Amino acid sequence: MASATAVLRSEWTKIRTVSSTVWTLASALLVTVGVSAGLCALSNATFDDLPEPERLTFDPVLISFAGLTLGQLAMVVFGVLVVGTEYSSGMIRSSLAAVPRRASFLFSKIAVAGALAFVVGLATSFLSFFLGQALLGEHSTSIGEENVLRAVVGGGLYMGLIALFSMGVTAMLRSTVLSLGILVPFFFLVSQILAAVPKAKEVARYFPDQAGSKILQTVPNAMNSDPAPYGPWAGLGIMVLWVAAALLGGYLVLNKRDA
Amino acid sequence: MIELAGLTKRFGTKTAVDHLSFQVRPGVVTGFLGPNGAGKSTTMRMMLGLDHPTSGTVRIDGKHYRELAEPLRNIGALLEARSMHPGRSAYNNLLCLAQSNRIPERRVGEVLDLVGLGAVAKRKPKGFSMGMGQRLGIAAALLGDPRVLLFDEPVNGLDPEGIHWVRNLMKALAAEGRTIFVSSHLMSEMALTADHLIVIGQGKLLADTSMAEFIHQNSRSYVRLRSPEPVRLREALTAGGLAVAEGPDGVLEVDGASTEQVGDLAGAQGITLHELSAQRASLEEAFMQMTAGAVEYHAHHGSAAGPVAAGPDAAGQAADGAEPRGPRWSKEG
Repeated sequence: MASATAVLRSEWTKIRTVSSTVWTLASALLVTVGVSAGLCALSNATFDDLPEPERLTFDPVLISFAGLTLGQLAMVVFGVLVVGTEYSSGMIRSSLAAVPRRASFLFSKIAVAGALAFVVGLATSFLSFFLGQALLGEHSTSIGEENVLRAVVGGGLYMGLIALFSMGVTAMLRSTVLSLGILVPFFFLVSQILAAVPKAKEVARYFPDQAGSKILQTVPNAMNSDPAPYGPWAGLGIMVLWVAAALLGGYLVLNKRDA
Repeated sequence: MIELAGLTKRFGTKTAVDHLSFQVRPGVVTGFLGPNGAGKSTTMRMMLGLDHPTSGTVRIDGKHYRELAEPLRNIGALLEARSMHPGRSAYNNLLCLAQSNRIPERRVGEVLDLVGLGAVAKRKPKGFSMGMGQRLGIAAALLGDPRVLLFDEPVNGLDPEGIHWVRNLMKALAAEGRTIFVSSHLMSEMALTADHLIVIGQGKLLADTSMAEFIHQNSRSYVRLRSPEPVRLREALTAGGLAVAEGPDGVLEVDGASTEQVGDLAGAQGITLHELSAQRASLEEAFMQMTAGAVEYHAHHGSAAGPVAAGPDAAGQAADGAEPRGPRWSKEG
């Protein structure tokens, strides 16, 4: 079996030598931080106009991650491209000829890309939090308050997990276009809409993004949201299960199908 | 050494590769010949562990591909031109392959220079011509300095200079004692490169023979005759102990005789001849006949194909769309 560090090095070279890595991750950071900052400034300016239930459950941490809904799409694109370009370029044949053990190839790729997504996610999360608090003025909180650090680190984990989930799904579908066509509308529209529809939201709250983003809240029923039957870590756990299932599925497909 | 034992691949109900068993030996260039769709690429992908055989095995120097610790050091392959990331520089494409098999980085520069891409190492393959892409693929195959090399249609897209270069490269690699396995759908190409020949059609093994033997078997000469008096001519030749076969458009063909012999017999009877010529069936023709029943996609030209081109060049290119015809020279044994 090829040396694990050799394969990791190779996958790191693959990631750092394509321009899509920089633009997807930079977009994830800039969009999340930018949109969050805008909404924080807006909330601060219009705080008194908010409906009372929202004022009572106002969550300065959650609001400082408001841009994540949009920024996560760039993470999805990153995850899809990391795996999908192997197929679209035909590189997969060279890659598997060089590293015939499917598990070694796929999980090295996922480890490297996942770690990078997590690091960028953490940077995004901290930047988004501190900039947001600075703009929230008197409604802000500090990193030392209860649950705040958990939520901020959780934001980084959430972004890393979104990227990993996308990689797993792409490994199953073996196509960049197909994966983007399913994942982007799912996270941007389907999940968001279903989460707002009575009855459907009972199911939608177990979707990976809905469950995982629970970790971003520091106030019970933040922003007048529905109470969830799970806590922040359990929510993240549900997301981890989704990710594990996607990655396992991706591995099984890679192992079974012809390249 | 590559060993195939009962290698079979089915896609649904279609059998792409059908119980192939043969060995590819070191020190020579082995040509892998078959019409388009014969299963050549599928066979080569199975050799590399990319496709899973339905049954049977392939071993590379005695091992299954997945058992090779650092396969690029054992076997290198040029599969399709497009097996590189178009947005990553040629150098970096090779670097990630090298790193995964712990091949020293300096080797990347070496192979790029070897294939003549040293000057464009930092450029992205998306701007490459087909020939440059092919050279990059060959560079990737040579990265690990492997003992076994596979080339799937290596001359595709290359200019004449490039084709010449690839031929010499393969011969040189074989002369170093390496195992070289090269596929093509062109007999003429194989005749110039290969020492040994494996022919398949519809996934089945049709021939496993040395090139010299194949030429000896399949490029027999015959004499072609046209005359306004074919009946008399035929009688005269048969009386002279020659086997005569009827060709298209009233042409007569005489197997295993010299032009002198045939001309003398006709002259003795005072028969007018409009044509008397020595012909050699090309290897291309022999190949087409061998695989005639096994061609996946036919162009239907009806009878418009006309007489089959045959010239002094044993490996001459057959005319486009020429229909394979029956084995004229074996007709009357």
